[in-house]
Amino acid sequence: MYGGGNSFEDVYDKELKHEDPEQLAEFEARIERGEKIESTDWMPELYRTQLIRMIEQHAHSEIIGSLPEGTWITRAPGFKRKLALMAKVQDEVGHAQLLYAAAETLGKSREDMITDLINGKSKYSNIFNYPAFTWADSCFISWLVDAGAIVNQIANSKGSYAPYCRALERICAEEAFHLKYGHHCVIHLATGSPVQRQMMQEAVNRWWKPMVHFFGPPDKDSVHTRILMKWKVKMASNDECRNQFFDMYVPKIWELGLEIPDPNLKKDPETGIWNYSDPDWSEFKRVINGDGPCNKERLAVRRIAEERGLWVRQALKSPKATYTTPLA
Amino acid sequence: MKNEAIKELLYKMADDQLVLGHRNSEWNGLGPILEEDIAFSSMAQDKIGQSLEFYSILNEMGEKDPDTIAFTRKADKFKCCQYVEHPIGEYDFSLVRHFFFDYADYHRFELLKNSKVERIAMAAKKFQSESKYHIMHANAWMKQLGNSDVSIERMQNCLNEGIALALGIFEPSPMENVLIEEGVFEGEKKLSERWLSSIQSILSKTELSMPDISTAPINGGRQGKHTPHLQPLLDEMSEVFSIDPEAEW
Ligand SMILES: [Fe+2]
Ligand SMILES: [Fe+2]
Repeated sequence: MYGGGNSFEDVYDKELKHEDPEQLAEFEARIERGEKIESTDWMPELYRTQLIRMIEQHAHSEIIGSLPEGTWITRAPGFKRKLALMAKVQDEVGHAQLLYAAAETLGKSREDMITDLINGKSKYSNIFNYPAFTWADSCFISWLVDAGAIVNQIANSKGSYAPYCRALERICAEEAFHLKYGHHCVIHLATGSPVQRQMMQEAVNRWWKPMVHFFGPPDKDSVHTRILMKWKVKMASNDECRNQFFDMYVPKIWELGLEIPDPNLKKDPETGIWNYSDPDWSEFKRVINGDGPCNKERLAVRRIAEERGLWVRQALKSPKATYTTPLA
Repeated sequence: MKNEAIKELLYKMADDQLVLGHRNSEWNGLGPILEEDIAFSSMAQDKIGQSLEFYSILNEMGEKDPDTIAFTRKADKFKCCQYVEHPIGEYDFSLVRHFFFDYADYHRFELLKNSKVERIAMAAKKFQSESKYHIMHANAWMKQLGNSDVSIERMQNCLNEGIALALGIFEPSPMENVLIEEGVFEGEKKLSERWLSSIQSILSKTELSMPDISTAPINGGRQGKHTPHLQPLLDEMSEVFSIDPEAEW
């Protein structure tokens, strides 16, 4: 995980009025030719701000996303699961670290980004505002939420901003292991004892709707991202990503004998498009605007961690502290 | 007799690593900087991996399988020292515990590399190479926080309050003499001497002073006497496993 489910702002041509038309044309031509933009290259202000917004969101999703799964590290059943989950969640925190660094190349500091996260000013993936009640919930996240994120991240890794692409390449390599781990866990539950099977089915029931939300509102409701797509900031439409996810994972879920709580979920053989029931987009909007089951708790954990760790960060800045070279 | 003594040694080491590994993993999402979430997770993974190896050796000696040993015993059957059971507290507490405990670990593995029990000597060799990075991490932070005006007092308090618990790491186990006679392990006394000189040498590079080592150690852990913190930790650890201990998870 856990990028993906980015929410984009509406962006309008008029916001480009103050840019130099020649530079802008040259910039767009470069992207058109498939060139990558480096942090030192000229870029329109709007490109910079929207990229910061997106990469920052992605980074926040990684650290906030480590919380619901992290709760299960201390409860994982048996050594094998405990060790794998620890490694997985550690990777996710590492992803945050990489992504904050990528966003910093655009001029916003990690500290400022974390402050905006705590203030509620910047967003993170909506799905982490839902609670992971059972071990099976954590398995659902490791397999399917990560799978959804991979669909998004692979698309994004072909975007135009070079530092973000480089970070995503490393991230995607690690995600492959997460997916395998999560799938393995779900297989064991779905084919296990009646109690395990029920636990897994209940997790699917709980998480399906947020999973459909994960890819964002239908394209017809998010029309103002044309410039971002032209600039290869936003790489695939919400509907495309969602459809690709259904295509890859719905059959796998059914194969395990699990039911998906949507009687209308079906692929149209002619168009290749999956039909699905309306997952209540008003709930999505409510949750992303701060009123989900766990928004307050997630941000509170982050805020407390920042406050409790403040003295450490201050001590690191002290001129008397001796600098020690990093280990790796 | 000799086998029982070896088992006792393995149990206390495995239980220490499991419980402290578990505690270290609780730093997920709570570290003062992201890099520390990652570092504590790394150390936790090493420790849990080490405990698994020790339980596996025990399994080869006729004890139950590692999952059963780790996830089904009650607190009074655990032989970890009491220091590792304490909640993570603030970062200073966890850091000082990591500093004290991992130096003991490092020297314990150093001594065990010469053990006449081949299987233990081999494991110790491997684990010392992991432990080396743990003490490098501890050194870096003790020097940073032990030289900055913002943190010296906090760190000194944790050293002073932690020393009695740290000395409890070296509580001799009932059958230790057999281990020494048989060349399995040179004993806690020798270990604590080496530990002390390392601790002194690192602290001398900071503005922190050595805590009072004549303090009475907090013992009991090696005999199965624990703080009220251990059983809840174990309950949490086995929460899922105990739903169906026979199931494959
Ligand atoms: Fe990730
Ligand atoms: Fe992941």
